[in-house]
Amino acid sequence: MILDGKCPTGPIQESWDKHRFDMKLVNPANKRKYKVLVVGTGLAGGAAAASLGELGYNVEAFCYQDSARRAHSIAAQGGINAAKNYPNDGDSIYRLFYDTIKGGDFRAREADVWRLAQVSNNIIDQCVAQGVPFARDYAGYLDNRSFGGAQVSRTFYARGQTGQQLLLGAYQALMRQVKVGSVKLFARREMLDLVVVDGEAKGITCRNLVTGEIESYWGDAVILATGGYVNVFYLSTNAMGCSVTASWKAARKGAFFANPCYTQIHPTCIPQTGDHQSKLTLMSESLRNDGRCWVPKKKEDCDKPAGEIADEDRDYYLERKYPSFGNLAPRDIASRAAKEQCDDERGVGPGKRGVYLDYQSAIDRVGEDTIRERYGNLFQMYEKITDENAYKQPMRIYPAPHYSMGGLWVDYNCMSNLPGLFVLGEANFSVHGANRLGASALMQGLADGYFVIPYTIANYLAGVKPGSVTDEHPEFKKSAEEVQGQVDKLMNINGKKSVAQFHRELGKIMWENVGMARSDESLNNALKLIPELRDEFWQNVKVTGTKEEVNSQLENAGRVADFFEFGELLAKDALHREESCGGHFRVEHQTEDGEAMRDDENFTYAAAWEFKGAGNEPELHKEPLKFENVQLAVRSYK
Amino acid sequence: MNLILHVWRQKGPNDKGRLEQYEAKDVSPDMSFLEMLDEVNEDLIAKGVEPIEFDHDCREGICGTCSQVINGIPHGPEREITTCQLHMRRFQDGDQIYIEPWRSRAFPIIKDLMVDRNSLDRIIQSYGYTSTHTGGVADGNALLVPKPAADMAMDAAACISCGACVAACPNASAMLFTSAKVSQMAVLPQGVAEAVRRVKAMVGQMDSEGFGNCTNHYECEAACPKGIRTTFISRMNRELMKSMVKAD
Repeated sequence: MILDGKCPTGPIQESWDKHRFDMKLVNPANKRKYKVLVVGTGLAGGAAAASLGELGYNVEAFCYQDSARRAHSIAAQGGINAAKNYPNDGDSIYRLFYDTIKGGDFRAREADVWRLAQVSNNIIDQCVAQGVPFARDYAGYLDNRSFGGAQVSRTFYARGQTGQQLLLGAYQALMRQVKVGSVKLFARREMLDLVVVDGEAKGITCRNLVTGEIESYWGDAVILATGGYVNVFYLSTNAMGCSVTASWKAARKGAFFANPCYTQIHPTCIPQTGDHQSKLTLMSESLRNDGRCWVPKKKEDCDKPAGEIADEDRDYYLERKYPSFGNLAPRDIASRAAKEQCDDERGVGPGKRGVYLDYQSAIDRVGEDTIRERYGNLFQMYEKITDENAYKQPMRIYPAPHYSMGGLWVDYNCMSNLPGLFVLGEANFSVHGANRLGASALMQGLADGYFVIPYTIANYLAGVKPGSVTDEHPEFKKSAEEVQGQVDKLMNINGKKSVAQFHRELGKIMWENVGMARSDESLNNALKLIPELRDEFWQNVKVTGTKEEVNSQLENAGRVADFFEFGELLAKDALHREESCGGHFRVEHQTEDGEAMRDDENFTYAAAWEFKGAGNEPELHKEPLKFENVQLAVRSYK
Repeated sequence: MNLILHVWRQKGPNDKGRLEQYEAKDVSPDMSFLEMLDEVNEDLIAKGVEPIEFDHDCREGICGTCSQVINGIPHGPEREITTCQLHMRRFQDGDQIYIEPWRSRAFPIIKDLMVDRNSLDRIIQSYGYTSTHTGGVADGNALLVPKPAADMAMDAAACISCGACVAACPNASAMLFTSAKVSQMAVLPQGVAEAVRRVKAMVGQMDSEGFGNCTNHYECEAACPKGIRTTFISRMNRELMKSMVKAD
């Protein structure tokens, strides 16, 4: 099937404004008759639930955490982009649009990206009004910093805790609606199924993580804002509870999953120390503003303390390879460059999987106090984990899975191919193409939640009779039985291996074969190993405790079971995409100097996969991508 | 290194609960405290014992989920970090470690080391916001916030709502938590319009949740993983006094 993103036609500058006018509205008196379910309370979900509650819809919001404020958006450090052009350095909506399209290696939809750039300015205003304490100068004006993949300073920030502050803004707006009664909040609930009635999304089935009860919730529309899936690699910068489960359950019910192979490996994470490691910690990309990446030129220097290696014996490889962007090269490029140095046996630290990020020249230039002011909390975090003082010796960093550009397929209205199912933020595939630029995830989450869904959901709801399907419908009972069936199955296997062991093994297969460099051979290897391990999981996993209480083993078992099915799809998508673009690097498709080589003739499309049953081949649907406002070009940061 | 753990086990809110002893063997100093517990849990699972339930999520000190009293101190012996950021290099071979949940009437125990902290959410619900709605706001630079005010607001806003302040306080008071939000909004021009209503509502909610009063022990500040200062409590008290003489 050829998919249609339903983008507005005509000049792109007017596309969103025109579309807003063309969409149907719901009369204020009728809004309260509609019930909308919002799953996930991060930037996208929290902003959506709050905004829809304010408009008068009857909203029910769900999160697996104990509080809506703990969604993993909270961990975003560096900042949020907007095309304000406050520094007068040549920024504009067009430039943010262009940078994002180019940064995504020309694999995103133009109209969606334009809208994102356009509403970016509203986001900053909104957050300021909420009391988000953005960094300011002494005169009181908002401050900006630079970020990777851009040559203008357009990133707004709140120390190294921008995600936290933006999320708290959305959370507080949400709490206000909870108080008013327009939003009902269900914390410690995990969505384990999507209820689809006559092809339309009409509800969800959850497990109450405290009592173990399986609960049904109905709504006239369902919004998924459930984040990304890079915990499929086991070790990632995501929180422990992040999973693909909500998205994957929707995919199993017919929602198409687009571009799963587009995963972002973030260049600046703290290297792994041993097998006990449960997660990897990100060091904000903003650190590359002042830090310089290097490795020793000579292999024999790799074991020496960094301070004993003379400047001329250091290879500042990003500055060497990409002189115009230098240390601010985009993430995919910086990550691959780090891997190259380590593959060349010039890595540093334990296992030699690390490169230096050095602040000495910045400290010499602006002083330690200024550096402390800019990155103090990050340096502290680094010291806690590594026991090293980064003011005195360079940080060691290595790439780690961080973000998923792929996600459920949505049209321009953020609606999936299942009518009534909307997908926002990291959970959808829409704006980042094959690579996301720094400080753009926060922008997208809030754009979708505050300024897109409040308009586009009305267009859908206007054609729906409120409450036409409720949890009385037999599909709800069927879904609850299916969920109960899976819970019982997991509880009854009573095998020998723990859930964490399986997850770790799956992660190893994914990282080694479907990680930063992918080949026909490695992908086929993964496609052989994943089903084998999955079969073993269903024979031999051990889940302790009972299902009628808090049971994190059971929760994780369900998440890992979904990662097995999803991991296979990710590898299949990577195998089918015979080109290199953004975060997807196929070793067969590279230029002589190791840069990614796209194949625009054959792959300028979004790949949306339809689930056809476990063990069956998924069906590929294509959405051709048209570029009318930018020229398809080789993405160069040299 | 090898350690002896004494861990609070409690099946549910109505169970009496008790300390159980476990061994943690071959612990690497590079492990985080929670990774050490992961390994202990793997051992327990292998033996068919139900693993220890504890709240955790981001494991990088920002989500505020982890909540353990370690050797009597919320988040353990190191200043200004969360439990998940505590590393085993802080301990020595043969150490005995006592691990307990937050204890406060306003934080009922769910299971083992997990507690219910929704009372903190209800304090925010009561007025921890500006009553702005999406859209229709002024340009971000239309309202000037000089750096010192922005910085002070950020110092207060850094709170992660973990509840260590409550767990550390002999009165189980939530004054530090509440005052941080009150102060953030009080020093920003955006919060001024509702300052009087806000402080009254938030303090009222805090009292009704069963948190104790502040009697100046400063244990909250010592336990706060984000370094939130008790000066914010003084500020909240000032705001509260002002609210008594000002009309809503």
